[in-house]
Amino acid sequence: MLRDDIPGFPELGELEVLRHFTRLSHLNYAIESQFYPLGSCTMKYNPKINEVVARLPGFSLLHPLAPAELIQGALELLHGLEAMLAEISGMDRVTLQPAAGAQGELTGLMVIRACLKERGNPRRKIIVPDTAHGTNPASSTLCGYDVVQIPSNNRGMVEAGKVEEVMDEEVAALMLTNPNTLGIFEKNIQAVADVVHKKGGMVYLDGANLNALMGIAKPGDMGVDVLHINLHKTFSTPHGGGGPGAGPVGVKGFLEDYLPVPRIAKSNGNFRLQEDLPKSVGRVRSFFGNFGILVRAYTYIISLGGDGLEETSRMALLNANYLRKKLEGAYHLPYPEPCMHECVFTDRLQHKEGVTTLDIAKRLLDYGFHPPTIYFPLVASGALMIEPTETESRETLDAFAEAMGAIAREAKENPALVKSAPHTTPVGRLDEARAARKPVLRWEPTKKAES
Amino acid sequence: MEFPEGLKYTKEHEWVLVEDRIATIGITEYAQQELGDVVYVELPEVGEKIVKDDPFGAVESVKAVSDIYAPVSGTVIEVNDTLPDSPETINDDAYGDGWMIKVEMSDADDLKDLMSAEEYAEYVDQQKEEEDEGEEESGEE
Repeated sequence: MLRDDIPGFPELGELEVLRHFTRLSHLNYAIESQFYPLGSCTMKYNPKINEVVARLPGFSLLHPLAPAELIQGALELLHGLEAMLAEISGMDRVTLQPAAGAQGELTGLMVIRACLKERGNPRRKIIVPDTAHGTNPASSTLCGYDVVQIPSNNRGMVEAGKVEEVMDEEVAALMLTNPNTLGIFEKNIQAVADVVHKKGGMVYLDGANLNALMGIAKPGDMGVDVLHINLHKTFSTPHGGGGPGAGPVGVKGFLEDYLPVPRIAKSNGNFRLQEDLPKSVGRVRSFFGNFGILVRAYTYIISLGGDGLEETSRMALLNANYLRKKLEGAYHLPYPEPCMHECVFTDRLQHKEGVTTLDIAKRLLDYGFHPPTIYFPLVASGALMIEPTETESRETLDAFAEAMGAIAREAKENPALVKSAPHTTPVGRLDEARAARKPVLRWEPTKKAES
Repeated sequence: MEFPEGLKYTKEHEWVLVEDRIATIGITEYAQQELGDVVYVELPEVGEKIVKDDPFGAVESVKAVSDIYAPVSGTVIEVNDTLPDSPETINDDAYGDGWMIKVEMSDADDLKDLMSAEEYAEYVDQQKEEEDEGEEESGEE
């Protein structure tokens, strides 16, 4: 398209442009600069060796259309990663294709649907507890299922009895997250799985929180039939700007035939790609998934080893419980169970002074900390969901706890200070409602940016 | 908090104004306060059928997305077209300009289990109390 006139490009010298972007980069908040206790997202440190390995020319310069005989090394890595993830999760077979956790969920449900359909009835419903990630009901709906929500008990856990009440021959699967989004281990998972299996349903595990279980417990031993794993959470691949992620799916042996193609098979010491598998749900992603991300996860597992992975999970649990104990009293703990890798507080004690979770989150910015996840999970009104991960030192945890303690005191003594935070950041409190209602997504040269 | 007399209320915090067989539906003052600033509203189209207790739309606030449940069954005959462009109306005037849809009811019996203003006020108090205490009942192993 030819324009009649130039729409007013910004005209600046190279040095001015360089300074502009360098200044912006200094405003960045990243795990490399500060603590990032964003619950459920698992913003753990991504070791730099992952980047070194992913950039090796043998990996980074591969052509995606190269024939199998020329990419044996890459296929060996993928095959090995599948086997390692199967071992860690206790499943029989893994596909690495899905490009994110939510795509993993959809793929897993498609596998369940294909199997049930072959048995004669794909069924109509999926059971999801009220603590679930929002992606669970979304994936169920996308896969053509109705969602039945069940309440968790006052200890934040799913009970077999509640599942039994809604379980029938039209329920395809129950989706469960373990540990759940409250950071609590679902102790009844085996009994729950038995109820589901008795009526011919399947148990889907949202493996977003597998980082709490590595080397300690295997979902495959808890009655789980299908699960997905978020490599960008548990296995230290970057979250990027929302991607690329990776959401491998693991299944028990009886579901293997339905996994997506291509599958990697080994015969006579050679790796080849299998495409012609009639029961498969088909392709879910081009080529081999997000290959560079898979290389990073492989590197992480190899460099830590089995014992290292277990210690990683144990340190994540220790750090979360340490913060839970330190903040208890200053903040309301709606579910006082010992936690796994994350813990959930609420703003109830501060609410009396009119200080809300959002205010606390904004005030944390003044203390130099990224806020935790807020207003999720929905079962805890005004939730503050804190996940320190394993890579933080005790000094950092103490400094964070001190800041949270100071904010709790300020909420009592000077609530206006908290309610008007942040005060020290490049921009003050943003109008989030207006940003969502009337987003300005494009810079326009003719108009001055609206104030 | 205001719960006008003459309206019927649901446990999911919708209100209904009944005039003959026509039900006007919106969400209550308590619902809009709990949600916070509403930024997006999804409503059905005229002619669609809605089923009592099933979701017929959704409201999204800066905090969360919530389903809106049908207090009665029937056919949608009018939709508040101003809401998609100015969702803040729901925060400003939940019982007036913030109405969502008008429905021609298929069964007047649907109204029987809805709450009066007085009953709903009690229900809201109870909810607030539960929020303050219920979660603490968590027992020992």
